[in-house]
Amino acid sequence: MTFALRTRGPEGSECQIHSPSLIELFVAFAKMSLAGFGGVLVWARRGIVDQHKWMTADEFNETFALCHFLPGPNIVNLTFVFGSRLRGLPGSIAAFSGLVGPPALIMIVMGMLYHRYGEIDALRRILSGVACAAIGLMLAVVFRMMTPLIKRRDVVGLLMLVAVFVAIGVLRLPLAAVLLVAIPLSIAITYAMRDKEAA
Amino acid sequence: MNSDANPVFALALTFATMSLFAIGGANSAIPEMHRVAVDVHHWLTDKQFTDVYAIAQLSPGPNVLIVTLIGYSVAGLAGALVATLAMCVPTAVLALFVSRFLARSSHARWPAIVQAALVPLSIGLMGASGFILARTSDRTVIAVLVTVTAAVLASVTKLNPLWMLVAGGCLGFAGLIG
Repeated sequence: MTFALRTRGPEGSECQIHSPSLIELFVAFAKMSLAGFGGVLVWARRGIVDQHKWMTADEFNETFALCHFLPGPNIVNLTFVFGSRLRGLPGSIAAFSGLVGPPALIMIVMGMLYHRYGEIDALRRILSGVACAAIGLMLAVVFRMMTPLIKRRDVVGLLMLVAVFVAIGVLRLPLAAVLLVAIPLSIAITYAMRDKEAA
Repeated sequence: MNSDANPVFALALTFATMSLFAIGGANSAIPEMHRVAVDVHHWLTDKQFTDVYAIAQLSPGPNVLIVTLIGYSVAGLAGALVATLAMCVPTAVLALFVSRFLARSSHARWPAIVQAALVPLSIGLMGASGFILARTSDRTVIAVLVTVTAAVLASVTKLNPLWMLVAGGCLGFAGLIG
């Protein structure tokens, strides 16, 4: 395993052995998670790569790329894979519990408060305002991700994008049905285009 | 399917299935969460759903925890626990297996193709998330302006997103959102 024992980056050839205990894993992921408003990825990178030096930046990017193309919550996938690399399945469970446990407790308290006070007019108005801003943040992510497709005039990609948007957002078709058609189609087209480019 | 009898079971089944189709992360699954929670099971109203989304954004932790809130609204603590685990564990185990398989194989070309093929789909899903939430939330001119301003600021500045959420909340408190 190259993750427990490796040389440190540009500073020199100093070898470091990292083998955090399960409790250390739990605490580290709880800290990253509780720091992460509007997404934990930035803090996970900071914690894993910069602070604890448990992974190099490249290792982190590779692992994240893998977890991003697999379904499910990316950061949870990353945490699971990462925990297992350091300490096996117990490591996965410790890191996952740290990532999800404390913020889930906060969420449950928020849920209790919402149930009790959700009908209060001032709170309803505040949440409406927060929702408007939060939707803007999500649209910013969409635009940022779309930019590379537009720049390289990826017509097929953009058509797939619009088709999924219409099917799910406008026609309100079930996700599974749409993706069972869209995923094989998109992979087939991408594969065919790559072959054509290579030829 | 008579899932009204046992909402915890319905939550488990719903989110475990949904997670397998959440390409690009939890935000891609928001249209499906809305469809199931609001349209199919009537667990939440439209307004409650956007409230839950706003609360989840205001709280720390991964985006996926919106399902904790949905689960709590449906079936209390048990619902929160079951929804969270159902949404996280199956795909995390899948990720674990795939990462071990890839570490041992040399099929390095496939992940790149699959990734390139999935990115447009996941952007389309996230766009649909924004659209569905906006249909409920952005009903006044000022509300739309808040959304557009937040989108622009998040795109062109490095401002902490939390400030935009707080600003939105203040405008809402002042009664400007409607």
